Amino acid sequence: MNTIYLDNNATTQVAEDVLEAMLPYFRELYGNPSSMHSFGGQVGQKIRTAREQVATLLGAIPEEIIFTSCGTESDNAAIRSALAIHPDKKHIVTSRVEHPAIHALCAQLATQGYRITELPVDKNGLLDLENLEKNLTPDTAVVSLMWGNNETGVIFPVEEAAKLAHEKGILFHTDAVQSAGKIPINMKNNVIDMLSISGHKLHAPKGIGILYVRRGTRFSPFLIGGHQEKGRRGGTENTPSIIGLGKACELADKNMQKENKEVKRLRDKLEKELLGRIPQSRVNGDIANRLPNTTNISFEYVEGEAILLLMNELGICASSGSACTSGSLQPSHVLRAMGVPFTMAHGSIRFSLSIYNTEKEIDFVIDKMPTIIERLRGMSPYWKTSQ
Amino acid sequence: MWEYTDKVKEHFLNPRNVGEIENPDGVAEVGSLACGDALKLTFKLDENEKIKDAKFKTFGCASAIASSSALTEMIKGMTVEEALKITNQDIAGYLGGLPDEKMHCSVMGKQALEKAVENYRGAPALEAGAKIICECFGVTDKEIERAVRENNLSTVEDVTNYTKAGGGCGGCQDAIQQIIDQVKAEPKTDTKPKLTNIQKIRIIEETIEREIRPSLKHDGGDIEIIDIIGNRVIVATRGACSTCKASDITLKHFVEHRLKELVSPDIVVEEVSK
Repeated sequence: MNTIYLDNNATTQVAEDVLEAMLPYFRELYGNPSSMHSFGGQVGQKIRTAREQVATLLGAIPEEIIFTSCGTESDNAAIRSALAIHPDKKHIVTSRVEHPAIHALCAQLATQGYRITELPVDKNGLLDLENLEKNLTPDTAVVSLMWGNNETGVIFPVEEAAKLAHEKGILFHTDAVQSAGKIPINMKNNVIDMLSISGHKLHAPKGIGILYVRRGTRFSPFLIGGHQEKGRRGGTENTPSIIGLGKACELADKNMQKENKEVKRLRDKLEKELLGRIPQSRVNGDIANRLPNTTNISFEYVEGEAILLLMNELGICASSGSACTSGSLQPSHVLRAMGVPFTMAHGSIRFSLSIYNTEKEIDFVIDKMPTIIERLRGMSPYWKTSQ
Repeated sequence: MWEYTDKVKEHFLNPRNVGEIENPDGVAEVGSLACGDALKLTFKLDENEKIKDAKFKTFGCASAIASSSALTEMIKGMTVEEALKITNQDIAGYLGGLPDEKMHCSVMGKQALEKAVENYRGAPALEAGAKIICECFGVTDKEIERAVRENNLSTVEDVTNYTKAGGGCGGCQDAIQQIIDQVKAEPKTDTKPKLTNIQKIRIIEETIEREIRPSLKHDGGDIEIIDIIGNRVIVATRGACSTCKASDITLKHFVEHRLKELVSPDIVVEEVSK
């Protein structure tokens, strides 16, 4: 059975070129870039190249890039730094639909004397900028809003939001983990202070991330240790992964537009066909302001985990915002924040595509999904009565 | 990904007894769309009062569907009394076990079964005196108590895994902890302290006075304690009982049975020789 991988917002396949670029750094080029000998020193030069590759994708300058271990570390480092350099400010503004890396961190900070404002979203998952402005106070240390939502793909107007924060002298951070490599990001055209990226969402390996910190923005390190990353992040560099992430950014920069046109075409086809073939299904999230690879579809009166497991039997990988898949008993906080009715939220499936998906795969999924939903609806006590 | 046993997967992929029986003898619906799982159970009895057929419809995850399928298989051929003895642990056991976080699926099966039997017997649906503790998932104190007792649960997290209570807003977690403490504080039946003779005599007297005499008097009879030797309770029958040919049966089946139940299983009732 072939695997049809439509769960690319969870993680992606490492690109072949990325893996090739990394391998020498496990084998012959294993030196420590901090060493005085040229055996280690040559690795330092390659890391510089990788930093430039990342900077190019983001329209940044290399010194603004800090390599970290993952998106979560980058998010934590950004918020902690903002609080550390403004010890007198005790207010954080974020949204109700953030990734746990921000959401759970803020929940913990709330127990340590910080006031957290979680901005609501509308039924399409969109943010009200006027409401953001109203919630900015002299006590606000940082605003953190995600660029693209991992569950629905909905894009927040972070560049405008950053401007509003700056007008009041407040730092702005964005979690761009899902956006990098999918939509153009150019840090020259905005005033965002800090931005997080994770390697494994754009065909680099797991365990590598970056935190962008704008030149001139004060930064207080999260991991204290050696002088790596100019003293902004201690710990010996994860050389192979840094090289891999550099390569992945180079590929994304080169291919993004062309690839995403194709990815978007397949996503749109999948979405249109499923909605057409399966009654009482609908898309969660704003259709226009959305990442090109993501669609979140609810199938009413069936439960997401059951759908996923039947898909799994056919080798189709996706994910769900249902309660049963999360280990908690409530459906996804993102869908709840959007006011998606429970009947819909429990049966939500997220399909997230990548450049490796083919037309044939999408046709297969389009062909199989109606049967899966029909089968589960046949078992559901609600289905007949709702017709 | 949940680690389901092969049996769970098999029952999920090939569920038995999906559907609804027309004109069922017992029917129940538990859970709700909001909860994320719901089960409609119907059963039909044969002429020997045994469950001839059982069917389910379930909205829920793989383990909810598998638990429903298992339940319908298990109860077929049983009397309702036998079926009621099935615990949620039995359902989980039939499936080779369920992940902790999914135990509530087996509890849902048990609840549906009880409600369907109640429906069959015409008894009230909600347990007498039960009150909702978890507003998010509509779980009552009785349900929590029973889950704690039957599965020997000791933390709020356990209770959430088994009943869902406390898994929503979390506002009832203190109340759940109180129920756990309460159940834990209950004297265990098997470790009942040994009664002294005086205590035993007093309890027997009280029991006869409160539980037995009113029924006998209702039929024009009465009973008097003559002596209590160890576990032997020597009584004399009075009134209608003294001339009744069936008084032996009354003593053995009613008086002794009640005393065994309420005082000690070792009690033997004897009539003083006439």
